Amino acid sequence: MAAISAPLQSEPNLLARLMGRPTSGIGLVVLVVIALAALLAPWIAPYAPVKLSVAHRLEAPSLTHLFGTDDLGRDVFSRMLYAARTSLSVALAVVVFSSIVGIVLGLMAGFFKKLDMPVSRLVDAMMTFPDILLAIALVAALGPTAVNVVMALGIVYAPRLARVVRASTLVIRELPYVEAARALGVPTPVILVRHVLRNIASPILVQGTFIFANAILAEAGLSFLGVGISPDIPTWGTMIAVGRQYMDQAGWIMMFPGAAIVITVLALQLVGDGLRDLLDPRLAKDI
Amino acid sequence: MSAVTEIDRRIETKPLLVVEGLTKHFPARNGRIVHAVEDVSFTVKRGSTVGLVGESGSGKTTAGRVLLRLTEPTSGKALFDGVDLFSLSTAEMRAYRRKLQIVFQDPFSSLNPRLRVSAILGEALDACGFPRGRKRKERIAELLTLVGLSPDHALRYPHEFSGGQRQRIGIARALAVEPEFVVADEPVSALDVSVQAQVLNLLGELQKRLGLTLLFIAHDLSVVEYLCDEVVVMYLGRVMERGPSKLVYAAPRHPYTRALLASAPVPDPTRRRTHVALTGDIASPIAPPSGCVFRTRCPEAIAACAEIVPPTVEIDGGHHVACIRHDGRA
Ligand SMILES: Nc1ncnc2c1ncn2[C@@H]1O[C@H](COP(=O)(O)OP(=O)(O)OP(=O)(O)O)[C@@H](O)[C@H]1O
Ligand code: SF4
Ligand SMILES: [Mg+2]
Repeated sequence: MAAISAPLQSEPNLLARLMGRPTSGIGLVVLVVIALAALLAPWIAPYAPVKLSVAHRLEAPSLTHLFGTDDLGRDVFSRMLYAARTSLSVALAVVVFSSIVGIVLGLMAGFFKKLDMPVSRLVDAMMTFPDILLAIALVAALGPTAVNVVMALGIVYAPRLARVVRASTLVIRELPYVEAARALGVPTPVILVRHVLRNIASPILVQGTFIFANAILAEAGLSFLGVGISPDIPTWGTMIAVGRQYMDQAGWIMMFPGAAIVITVLALQLVGDGLRDLLDPRLAKDI
Repeated sequence: MSAVTEIDRRIETKPLLVVEGLTKHFPARNGRIVHAVEDVSFTVKRGSTVGLVGESGSGKTTAGRVLLRLTEPTSGKALFDGVDLFSLSTAEMRAYRRKLQIVFQDPFSSLNPRLRVSAILGEALDACGFPRGRKRKERIAELLTLVGLSPDHALRYPHEFSGGQRQRIGIARALAVEPEFVVADEPVSALDVSVQAQVLNLLGELQKRLGLTLLFIAHDLSVVEYLCDEVVVMYLGRVMERGPSKLVYAAPRHPYTRALLASAPVPDPTRRRTHVALTGDIASPIAPPSGCVFRTRCPEAIAACAEIVPPTVEIDGGHHVACIRHDGRA
């Protein structure tokens, strides 16, 4: 309980404290650079991401094409910047979607004794599937669009969040300040948001960071397996999927997006670890 | 005869709260049950302070929570101004909520760490339909002043206060809705000894000034003596003895009450008290002893104590005791 209420004091300077730790500080800087690169892609990218140039197919990295060109002569660096936009926003959408589903399920299971059993059963059942298999099945069923990838991954990650939310809610539910609100006749939805949700924001934030990292990997994995977003849309995952065919002649096509994924995921992991240590030491054990 | 006078007195003094046969069981592992509160009856007169006393685990908090319908009773009645609170639907109960409030034991977990004091009190004001706007700001300032805090404390967060100050905020929240009945659940036991008296004085003063009816929970009889008109002594979910403080303190009739008094610091050393030390631990509420629940620790227990649950008898104006040997015989 102390761990749940502690973040309050630390919150105003949470960023400063993250920066103050070498690992999460580096992670944060890397994330900011990548996010800026994605946001500013139209201004930074030296070429249009779709600009074909058959004459310059499969060119190795050089000063004109920093990361080389792909099979259609498109600039890999420029495509990567645009791909970052899709990859990051898909992952972010997964975080938002899974958070909404996970929070609703977790609050239901944690706050209402009668709902705990059925909801927890459902959550446990969903968690018995290996992540990527469940995602593949869902995308296969729904069709390979960006929205469906978000939904599929959202469903895959929601149970993790639901568990964290449920566990925290079970603790908060019994606290006197919740009883005080009930004694005042405060409506339950208000209690859930004002008293419960506000006090479990930290574990949700920590989980959200990890889900972000996982979603980037999973999106790439789905694309690589050919059940993800259409290969025409540049994402780091689709770039790798396409580049795989030229792995021997032009390794850079998949190497650079691959590196982008690894670096982003590592950075998120570092930030997530930092957040977890700062906000919720108890979580450290069960991940 | 005693039944008639009992009824007469009730009509005369119009009790605000009449608790009858209150029982609360919690499910425990392996289908067993925790007998947290068992057949508890007592009366709280309007404008009086009643102390609910007993060791840890005797069911005091549970009794208070059930009375406020923070947890549902297993059986029993709680007539509040003649209306059985337990018969009300959730929606009907909502209308009663503001009449009954509670001050919690732990000053740290009783305030939401994310809310400013103004929001904490504001929630209570919302609950009683107090309008927003400047009036509200004034009301919050007034409430803070009432409990001995300053109006500029409204913009602070709970962690900026000491335990005693937090408890004052908790009291202000309870009073914000102008309740008739307040349960104070060991409101000072988690505080530094140096501030305990201040908060107790504040409660006593507010009780008089606002004409509150107070159910004051404590594990220590000495704290209650100073505040309470009547006292209810609980052990393992049951009432052992209850009655006007004067009678109970001067002539405790139950061995448990006597033991509690003996173990409490005596403010007046000239007062004679039988010294019976309370040994051993409170029995398990999952498997309470047969007959008298206190018998496993009672220095006066006899074989018969295991046979029947001692009936509660009135021995003197409002002084009730549940012990088959209350008159020293049997
Ligand atoms: N929600 C619950 N579920 C199961 N058992 C409970 C629950 N609440 C209380 N109990 C049990 O009921 C009994 C009475 O508890 P209660 O908290 O009412 O005692 P208390 O007199 O207030 O003690 P304390 O002085 O420690 O506050 C205890 O044995 C306790 O473990
Ligand atoms: S009934 Fe028996 S065991 Fe219980 S308090 Fe009286 S003497 Fe003791
Ligand atoms: Mg208690």
